[in-house]
Amino acid sequence: MSPDRQDHLRGAPMEYLYYPGCSLESAGKPYDESLRAVFRTLGLGLKELDDWNCCGATMYMSVDETVSLAISARNLALAQKDGNRELVAPCSACYTVLLKTNRFLRESPQLKKKVDRILGEAGLQYDLNVTIRHPLDVLVNDIGIEAAALAAKRSLEGVTFAPYYGCQIVRPERGFDDREFPSSMDRLFERLGAKSAYFPLKTRCCGGMLMTTFPRVCLQLVKDLLECAAENDAHCIVTTCPLCQVNVEVYQKRVNNAFGTSYEIPVLFFTQLLGLALGCSEKELGLQRNLIALKVPLSPLLA
Amino acid sequence: MKDEDRTPGLLPATERDLRRRFLEEVHLVPGGDRISRCLQCGSCTGSCPVSYAMDIPPRMVVALFRAGRIEEILRSRTIWICASCYMCTTRCPQAIKITDLLYALKRTAIDAGLYPDRFPVYLLSKYFVRTVNRYGRNHEILLLVQYYLRRNPLELFRLIPLGISMLRKGRVALFPAKVKGIAAIRSILDAAKSLELPREKEAVRYKEGMVGYRAVA
Repeated sequence: MSPDRQDHLRGAPMEYLYYPGCSLESAGKPYDESLRAVFRTLGLGLKELDDWNCCGATMYMSVDETVSLAISARNLALAQKDGNRELVAPCSACYTVLLKTNRFLRESPQLKKKVDRILGEAGLQYDLNVTIRHPLDVLVNDIGIEAAALAAKRSLEGVTFAPYYGCQIVRPERGFDDREFPSSMDRLFERLGAKSAYFPLKTRCCGGMLMTTFPRVCLQLVKDLLECAAENDAHCIVTTCPLCQVNVEVYQKRVNNAFGTSYEIPVLFFTQLLGLALGCSEKELGLQRNLIALKVPLSPLLA
Repeated sequence: MKDEDRTPGLLPATERDLRRRFLEEVHLVPGGDRISRCLQCGSCTGSCPVSYAMDIPPRMVVALFRAGRIEEILRSRTIWICASCYMCTTRCPQAIKITDLLYALKRTAIDAGLYPDRFPVYLLSKYFVRTVNRYGRNHEILLLVQYYLRRNPLELFRLIPLGISMLRKGRVALFPAKVKGIAAIRSILDAAKSLELPREKEAVRYKEGMVGYRAVA
């Protein structure tokens, strides 16, 4: 490890607990790979939470609130048991559900009592002492943009990106960035040489699971995003959420079929773009798994 | 029931019952009672990215609730189309937790059986819950195959090429990952069930031509 690297780590915890979430084991695999690669390159530990379970997502919440909170809280109880209280959740849905679980349990003694009893049945206990972090928050606020720039091996100059945060990373909780116009990603990648495109839809919803339940409504939302990125000359869309990535990248062909368009905009996880700047390889970042191939000016960064 | 048939000031029995159930759900949401502060400003409807596809926009949901027409809300497409982006909640000047209230409405509707058979959102939630209860984690393929088989098998065929390209890229987990502590999860589920209020399935079911569903998808 070079001297400046050690320098940038001052103040940041050496190891974070990692909650991948179900998506990152399948469709979001490149997110998992690139996140691990970026943390490794920056000399940060990432330890997977042992035996984590599904956070319940928005779908469980619509069926049963108590159960949904209880299964989500099991993860927090496991984190408490581990002792490392900084839990990194890269999927926006998991991130928001875990935050919400913390808030609901803090605000409602009635729910807390119920969940305590339920967790007790499984021999677990949770005392509201785990902090949920998004990796973007960790990278921008613990490591710092300047430190990331020091560790960078390549410049992202010439790349214009559309910073797409999606909804649940910034809402509903007041978190690490603005709820309508966040700027963490913009600042990070601009410092690394890229140009952030004018992208007013940065926190507009991609439709999430509506792609399955009401595809026509959802395709319209995704088309709006693609249109906005294309009109503002973005070479790629950069996301922070596995659901957004799937909707915008994997269903891009469907959008084209439905609306007679011909978009072919690569959609990267922010950790993939960051990894490119840090000098990670295509394979380390899982870039070969993206369906839409990188084009100039992004493709030379793979060399 | 037509409006003029109603005894003034008295809500029909089904309405009263649905209202009671909904309010029970609302009380479980921290800050849920703020629904009473609504100014009818319409910020929610204006902020909603999917309000264009709703039959009852979010502002009107609160208005109908106040007017004693909760059944109409529960039979609407609105509560199912919400994608949980929380823009309304963020912008509401009265800090009403609109998204969470829509969750409470969904739970009330599911509880009362007020949705058509094979209704997409309910089906997806049902299979999602089933998968999570069984393995402790979600499994995308299992979830989607079950869902489409029941909802629209033809669509499953249409999705095959997409599935294959994802498989080639190594972005499909073929087998579900089972949590080691699945026994603990089961005891969590059982304990949670035992703490729930007992609920009886209501006889009111969806009938052809009722408000809402037909127009979309």
